[in-house]
Amino acid sequence: MKKHDAIVIGAGHNGITNAAFLAKAGLDVLLVEKNDYIGGATVSRNLHEDWIYSNCSYVCSLLRPEIYRTLDLAKYGLQVVPYGGTVTISQNGDYLGSYIDHDVSRREMARHSHRDADADVRYWRDIMRQCRFIRQFLLRTAPDPASFKPRDLLELLHIGRKFWGLGENVIYDTMRFYTMSISDFLDEYFENPLIKAAHAGSGIIGSALGVMSPGTAYVLLHHAMGDVDGTVGSWGFARGGMGAISKAMHDCYIDHGGQTLAGSGVDQIVVKNGKVTGVALENGDEHHADIVVSNMTLPRTFLECMDPADLRPEFLDKCRNFKIRGSSGKLNIALDGVPKFTALRDNQELMYTDMHLIDSIERLERAYDDWKDGTWSRDPYIDMLIPTLTDPTMAPPGKHFMSVFVQYVPPKVKGKDWTDADRDAFGQTVMNQIEAYAPGFKDLVVHAEVRTPRELENEVGLTEGNIFQGELTMDQLLFNRPIPGYAQYRGPVKGLWMCGSSNHPGGGVMAAPGANAAREILMSLRKPSNVPEGWLDD
Amino acid sequence: MIRGSRSIQIIGAGHNGLVCAAYLARAGHQVTVFEASSQVGGAAITREFAPGFKVSAAAHLVYMLDPGIEKELDLASHGLEYARTGLQTISLSEAGDHVRFNGDDVDGVSEGDREAMREYRRKMQHFAGIIGGLHNRVPARLGTTDRPDLLELARLAFNIRRLGKNDMREFLRIAGINIYDVLQELFENDALKGALGLDGTLGTMLGTRSNNSVFCALHRYSNGGRYQLPKGGMGTVSNALANAARAFGAEIHTARPVNRILMDFDRATGVELQSGEQIEADLVVSGADPKTTFLKLLGAQNLEAGFAHKISNIRTRGNVAKLHLALGSVPDFTGLDPALSAERLVIAPSLQYVEQAFNHAKYGEHSRRPVMEISIPTLDDPGLAPAGKHVLSANVQWAPRELKGGWSAAHEAFTESVMNTLERFAPGICSQVMHRELLTPQDIESEFRIEGGHWHHAELALDQSMMMRPVPGTAQYKTPVDGLWICGAGCHPGGGVMGSAGRNAARAIIERSGT
Repeated sequence: MKKHDAIVIGAGHNGITNAAFLAKAGLDVLLVEKNDYIGGATVSRNLHEDWIYSNCSYVCSLLRPEIYRTLDLAKYGLQVVPYGGTVTISQNGDYLGSYIDHDVSRREMARHSHRDADADVRYWRDIMRQCRFIRQFLLRTAPDPASFKPRDLLELLHIGRKFWGLGENVIYDTMRFYTMSISDFLDEYFENPLIKAAHAGSGIIGSALGVMSPGTAYVLLHHAMGDVDGTVGSWGFARGGMGAISKAMHDCYIDHGGQTLAGSGVDQIVVKNGKVTGVALENGDEHHADIVVSNMTLPRTFLECMDPADLRPEFLDKCRNFKIRGSSGKLNIALDGVPKFTALRDNQELMYTDMHLIDSIERLERAYDDWKDGTWSRDPYIDMLIPTLTDPTMAPPGKHFMSVFVQYVPPKVKGKDWTDADRDAFGQTVMNQIEAYAPGFKDLVVHAEVRTPRELENEVGLTEGNIFQGELTMDQLLFNRPIPGYAQYRGPVKGLWMCGSSNHPGGGVMAAPGANAAREILMSLRKPSNVPEGWLDD
Repeated sequence: MIRGSRSIQIIGAGHNGLVCAAYLARAGHQVTVFEASSQVGGAAITREFAPGFKVSAAAHLVYMLDPGIEKELDLASHGLEYARTGLQTISLSEAGDHVRFNGDDVDGVSEGDREAMREYRRKMQHFAGIIGGLHNRVPARLGTTDRPDLLELARLAFNIRRLGKNDMREFLRIAGINIYDVLQELFENDALKGALGLDGTLGTMLGTRSNNSVFCALHRYSNGGRYQLPKGGMGTVSNALANAARAFGAEIHTARPVNRILMDFDRATGVELQSGEQIEADLVVSGADPKTTFLKLLGAQNLEAGFAHKISNIRTRGNVAKLHLALGSVPDFTGLDPALSAERLVIAPSLQYVEQAFNHAKYGEHSRRPVMEISIPTLDDPGLAPAGKHVLSANVQWAPRELKGGWSAAHEAFTESVMNTLERFAPGICSQVMHRELLTPQDIESEFRIEGGHWHHAELALDQSMMMRPVPGTAQYKTPVDGLWICGAGCHPGGGVMGSAGRNAARAIIERSGT
């Protein structure tokens, strides 16, 4: 059988990005995917009649513009449409809207608290300062602080210089920001519970931490540092659903001569004499290459798809201890019409925004306590959008698609695997929660897909259903991600590479790990890099 | 002006104020200490809580006192004596399957856990050494190009590098995360994990699953982590410090509360006592907590707005209550060898238990099943109680300072929860009680004049540690107000009857105050 230059496992957005950069550099690349469709968690699925669901990831902001440009995604049909603002709906019938127009937003905030409306200016100034600082390290490989290689020392020096360049006061702000809980951080700015709750949600989305856990302020950053059309912190819909992103990337990849095999997963990464030689698929086929790039999660790559004899026991222990706990679930709902939220009354244009159902830090934290006890939140935090109001291509005329992200949902229920009955009960909890805010909502539901961490793991391969391929805590960030000593995309076996979100800089539809891994691979082959590095527009 | 001849006033005769006084006096300065209470010691005192029964009223064990201070100030010759050193920790279980931390070994657990414990202890002591190595240093400022600051940072980097590649990576991995995850990776025994988890949360507003709790555990182990029982209670430590300070020439005035710090334009010039008396000095050093110092004694009007905002944002949510019981006889803990009752007993039977106790605190409620750190000092130091009688002293967690509905309404209910919890581990203890006292953080706040009733004056968290403690800009013990310095537990490296903050402040004043 013909030998390829490289095999990439997993056609999620990072795998495709990685494969596309390698193919663009002239390598003969084979991309293998277990599902019979590509995209991983960046996907548009047609699961009910003429509805198209973004059934995993649902909004776009983190996708690096450098990657967008280098892979020419616009040419391949990708359009990202920004949507305006958010609304946080409270149980008592009130709401807090935020709008594209700053003056309107400010007036709305002042309706709840004048003091907080003033504080909000300081708050966003400080957040954006942190964003600008972290952004410049996303498309770079993290240095290994325990290494004495010139490259690592230079990179450490580079980070140190940038850090020092912030100036004394901002340095302290930065250190405090990284180690604080989002709840304590918000307390330093705001007084109104609804305003605090509106800001706090981003601190926990996708993470197994409560708003009062130190370290959540950073998670917030992860949700604020993206941009759409150069507007930092803005979010948008991919026209046609999130699958449009992976499709455009994939079209680029195919255009550069890449091949894709979908429909059979990898059974084993084959290692001979301490070197990777290829992959054995579940359908029995074997494909050969000296370079194998895994876009699978860390545990899936090393604990499920490799022979333990090929790896050192300490390395395997570290893979077992990798924190990749699922914390969220999702409902994808086909609607007969637009639901009416009591609180929004005559302000229905807020339906076009990102809607949050929460009104206090305490409720958010109590939702987390349920997760700690091994159940889904009885009073869950809900983040939902109706993309069809902005992009009507996703549903039949007059009908709508609603994406409902739910936090918290544990990877196991009271220590036991999820059952269908559990899943249905969880779905009911969420439906009831929405119904309480929008009476008559349930009558509009035409079809609903309920996704717990079990579905996410089984379909998309995200271990324990963790959407970031590993938690974003201090022990798993930067040079610690995924595990100390292996943060430079190079696996523990010669020829084996990692390009998934388990690696720096982590999850979200960012494509940075895939790009960074491609740069490292090309560097190891002594080929000129075609992968953007650093930050171009800051 | 010749070196060491300035007049310096110190506000508060807590242990840090006394240490600071002693070192400044030793350097030849004229030091005057003003203490509000009628005895020295602040939160490290011994007092009678029932006729004939004496107890260490707040802090009750010595485990962080800097050995250097003990030696340099020769505290032994000034009266410091220990009734017991090297107390073992025993993690109590309701069923009597206790886990005993016995020196370098641990009893009552599987062979696998013993093995893991040896490695865990080695690792943690190694890492705690990094934290401990910073205790006696004035924290470096960041973002500057000043040589001393850069050297200080280089020293820290060197110490971390010196751990070796594997330990360094492990240190950088776990230093910022939560102790729950670290313990779950290593151990199986619940009571073992519970007690170790408690070490990461005791005295803080953190649960075992809150990030930063590893740092708090390392802080606790940073001066060796050996528990010692001073003879005559914690007051003995404070009295020895006061004696040392006096021997060097410091004057200590008790029962003379400071009303405010006097200002002449932008400079602190002395203090005004509650009696109305105004006394001038070259320098004023405050051992009070930062909020009291800056917002009460100085007043926000004398501060730059941004700085005052930072001070008001310091987290000072006290959450430990203190229980004192006068007992007719020694309590009988289920399955515990009576000879071991004198050890440090903890009620933290599992990580789950500790975490659930913490959950309440997040919402301004007290724990229904609290965690406790218990000491029965009279077993080693019978002088604290009438013959044959005993004193039980316990830190009880969590009892948030800001309780929903207020403490006066909940005091009784909480005391009941505490007694019920004790009763489950030591059946019959309630009937042995002759007198009891429970100090809530609110009581601690008013009795010891600590804002928020917090042990460490300011929450011990990464964002309030080292060069950020109590707030950036005052971490070098010098404040933005000329002539005013701080030396309390709110400064680096924090409380816990360590004395390092006092000594560092004295050193900073001697080296950096100029004339």
